[in-house]
Amino acid sequence: MRQFLAVVAFTLLTIGFFAGYSNFGIPQIEPAPPPKEEKLDLSSMTMDQFIALGERLFNGKGTCTLCHNALGRAPMLGTIADAVPKRLKDPRYTGEAGDIEEYLIESLVEPSVFVVAGFGKKGTNDTESPMPDVSGGSIGLSEAEVAAVVAYLQDSGGAEVTVEIPQDIDEEGDDEEEGEAREAVNDPKKLMAMFTCDACHMINGVGGDVGPNLSKIGANRDRAYLRRAILDPNAEIATGFEADMMPADMGEQIYVKELEVLVDYLAGLK
Amino acid sequence: MNRPRHMKTGTRLAIFGLFVALVTLTLAGFDQFGVFAAESESAVDAAASTGYGPAPKLTADDYPTIAGVNSRVAVWVFAQLHLWFAAFVLAVPIFVFIIEAIGMRTRDKRYDDMAYEFIKVTITAYSLTAILGGLLIFALILFYPHLITYLSTIFKESMFYYALLFFAESAVLYIYYYGWHWLQGGFKKWVHLTLGLMLNAVGTTLMLLANAWLTFMMSPAGVDAAGVFSGDAWAAIHNFLWNPINIHRFVANIAFGGSIVGAYAAFKFLTATAEKERAHYDWMGYNANFIAICALLPLPFAGYYLAAEIYAYSQQMGITLMGGIFAWLFIIQAVLIGTLFLSANYYLWCGMGRSDGAKRYTKYIKYIAIVLVGAFLVWFTPHTLVLTNEELKSLGGPHHTILGPLGIMPAKNTAVNLMILFTALSFMFYRRANKIATVSWVKAGNAVQVALYSAGIVNIMFLGIYHGYFTNTVYKVAASIPQVLTTLVIMVVSITLDSFIYRGAKEVGPLRWGRIPARAQYALFLLAVSFTWLMGLMGYIRSGIRQHWHVLDIMRDASPDAFTPTLGYAANVVSVAAIIFMAMVIFVFWIAQVGSNKTLPAGYWKE
Ligand code: HEC
Ligand code: HEC
Ligand code: HEM
Repeated sequence: MRQFLAVVAFTLLTIGFFAGYSNFGIPQIEPAPPPKEEKLDLSSMTMDQFIALGERLFNGKGTCTLCHNALGRAPMLGTIADAVPKRLKDPRYTGEAGDIEEYLIESLVEPSVFVVAGFGKKGTNDTESPMPDVSGGSIGLSEAEVAAVVAYLQDSGGAEVTVEIPQDIDEEGDDEEEGEAREAVNDPKKLMAMFTCDACHMINGVGGDVGPNLSKIGANRDRAYLRRAILDPNAEIATGFEADMMPADMGEQIYVKELEVLVDYLAGLK
Repeated sequence: MNRPRHMKTGTRLAIFGLFVALVTLTLAGFDQFGVFAAESESAVDAAASTGYGPAPKLTADDYPTIAGVNSRVAVWVFAQLHLWFAAFVLAVPIFVFIIEAIGMRTRDKRYDDMAYEFIKVTITAYSLTAILGGLLIFALILFYPHLITYLSTIFKESMFYYALLFFAESAVLYIYYYGWHWLQGGFKKWVHLTLGLMLNAVGTTLMLLANAWLTFMMSPAGVDAAGVFSGDAWAAIHNFLWNPINIHRFVANIAFGGSIVGAYAAFKFLTATAEKERAHYDWMGYNANFIAICALLPLPFAGYYLAAEIYAYSQQMGITLMGGIFAWLFIIQAVLIGTLFLSANYYLWCGMGRSDGAKRYTKYIKYIAIVLVGAFLVWFTPHTLVLTNEELKSLGGPHHTILGPLGIMPAKNTAVNLMILFTALSFMFYRRANKIATVSWVKAGNAVQVALYSAGIVNIMFLGIYHGYFTNTVYKVAASIPQVLTTLVIMVVSITLDSFIYRGAKEVGPLRWGRIPARAQYALFLLAVSFTWLMGLMGYIRSGIRQHWHVLDIMRDASPDAFTPTLGYAANVVSVAAIIFMAMVIFVFWIAQVGSNKTLPAGYWKE
């Protein structure tokens, strides 16, 4: 029994040491919280505020400083005004940008179009960039946010700021904000109105005709198909219609529960 | 005379029937992969009509809560406990199989007895693995229903095979264990060994399938950007990080399993009363430590390969891993790995006391110790920590002010290689301790050994320093491959050379198993505890680098727990889980022992 207790004490001591070291031996850094959509009110923003927004995004949500820093993981962006004209003249350049603004936007959303020499993914001979598309999944900057970052890059890189503050973009941020505050809705008809489905879809004689008539949709479409048609409309396109017409961001706004209500309702239309 | 022979044939037939049935079951698991692969061509265009939806976009409301229960911690602890036990029950049969085979070859019954004793311990652990797996799934369904639903739609088929393999594993394990004494000698022994092989085949396949789930979450494949599944299950399983994790886990599990049975032997040694028993458990502890070291040596390479692949998959995730806040975690990892190497070596040094000839080597040990500690300190040195700006401010700069230059990768690689090399050297001394070479060219042979090690060490240091400090960033990692090759060449050549030098060598005296101080047993406990804790820590980082994603870039974690906790917090969760695990392990060992206890209550039963 004595041996047993000694071993138990030894084990606890060892674990205690590891825990103690992790708590007190190294700095306790509070990691940045997950990025949140910022509420953008672009209509009343000055250019300086817009550039400041770009800077915030650059250091925060954009995670640009993870790579663009003094450690040589990615090119520094402080001399963009000088660098970009050279890039555009580079024989390897195959993109479509004609000026600094276009080049920057292209660098952000299609990084692999031109890869700065020596910075490509290993083994791809500088044809593939390790930088993610900043509007894609992992970073997810909206169009307006990309514009703000470009404004900041122009400003801090010594170039003239040519970006204009977008006015007509329907900011996702706003919807998200108001989406967070509202209660889930259980009535499918209300949901159809709320998400303006009825503006495009006709059901039993009521509604618009931009999209397919849904009066009998449940007769030959199952629930999985309907769910996908709402969340990812371009996954497949209804015959006779074109892609990109139905808004693809419905999923951002519709709660999971509401989605089921809608799907139930549509599946019942026979 | 004829009748018994007939019965024997009957038994043989029965065994073979069983064997065929199990092989078919096992192959069914593999075959399925073939089918998946064949499906993949048509799957792409079939995807549109397969009816899979995109990954759901969740809000905080989609996560059920139970007052007073932190759902993340609950899932975390169950997952970790399940992983520990699973690693243990999958690892032990691997070396039990090898030990059994050694026993069959050498006809030394001690090996067979040891193998049996190891497997005895896993039986209870196996039930606990299953129970904990059930609790884990229960917790996931309870707290993360949408995540588990999404993953299940993708792994639907493989889940079925997972269950099937699990039953196969149970069946084989029980036959393997309960049939141990029955299937002895000649042909029967071969049948038994074959069962062991099957046990491992099934177990490993099981692990590979489980790994597919977690690697899918890190490097999703077989789905589009919205998470719509193409229907190609093999693509989802065989995702980018699957094999790197498979390799690292497979090796780490063996080391972990070895360390746990080492602790078992150590405890039995400490509590043994008879001399013979002490000798037996000393020998068992030695073998367990040997297994742990063998698996420990390749681990750093497997680890760097894994990290490099993570980096290759996503530079962002790679930097989060090695340069972000998790960089400090690698400092903790270094402390643990240093502890592992030091305790394994310390145990070897203590073990030299078993031989009367060891005196000749003890004077070198302090130098090995110095190198190990030095290498450990270099590995332990943090370098660049790239953080978000707020994090940077709270730390006061990305570089460690004084130690910066020692923190870079080439320096660490150099340190790791030296650590491995000197552990190999410790081991060589241990092997030599009880022998006196008789070949005529001993002197020359030893000189070659010294030259070999010296040249290798110089080469490793040179490569590290040259590439680390005199070339540009892009070439910094170039040193690692020649360094690793140097280490491997030295190990192979020196072991081969030594076996020639000591061919027909005289023994100084019989090895005195059992003549080892009690503190050496504590080195074995330290090994087991450090391994356990390290595994918990690394499990955390593996999950943690996904940050606020359930499935990287595809399914966001919208729960209130999506934030990354501080390392101290994570360490505390790991510590509590480790204590629970240790308590359960003690229970497992105790149960294994209770089976052989007999109480004869006088006058209780009717005569
Ligand atoms: C994962 C690392 C990483 C992240 C995160 C990242 N970048 Fe990059 N970026 C790179 C690399 C590497 C290059 C050079 C290769 C190339 O040209 O694509 C690069 C190139 C660029 C260029 C072109 C530079 C030139 O000299 O032509 C711009 C502009 C740029 N990044 C802006 C950004 C912005 C703004 C962000 C944040 C929204 C960002 N990057 C996030 C790695 C990253
Ligand atoms: C701006 C117009 C627009 C709005 C708003 C809209 N849709 Fe659509 N929808 C379309 C178009 C156009 C199509 C056909 C192209 C396609 O499949 O993407 C379509 C297709 C569909 C389909 C598939 C029909 C089929 O037969 O394949 C369903 C179901 C659907 N929408 C449901 C909804 C619901 C529910 C909403 C509200 C949450 C909604 N839509 C809002 C334009 C719209
Ligand atoms: C001697 C060196 C090493 C030891 C003893 C070791 C040990 C371990 C152990 C025990 C695990 C848990 C395995 C499991 O969950 O089944 C693990 C996982 C992991 N290790 Fe290592 N490791 C070593 C080196 C490294 C290195 C150098 C790296 C990276 C730079 C690394 C990265 C990881 C990661 C990311 C995981 C999580 C993957 C998983 O869950 O399986 N390891 N390691």
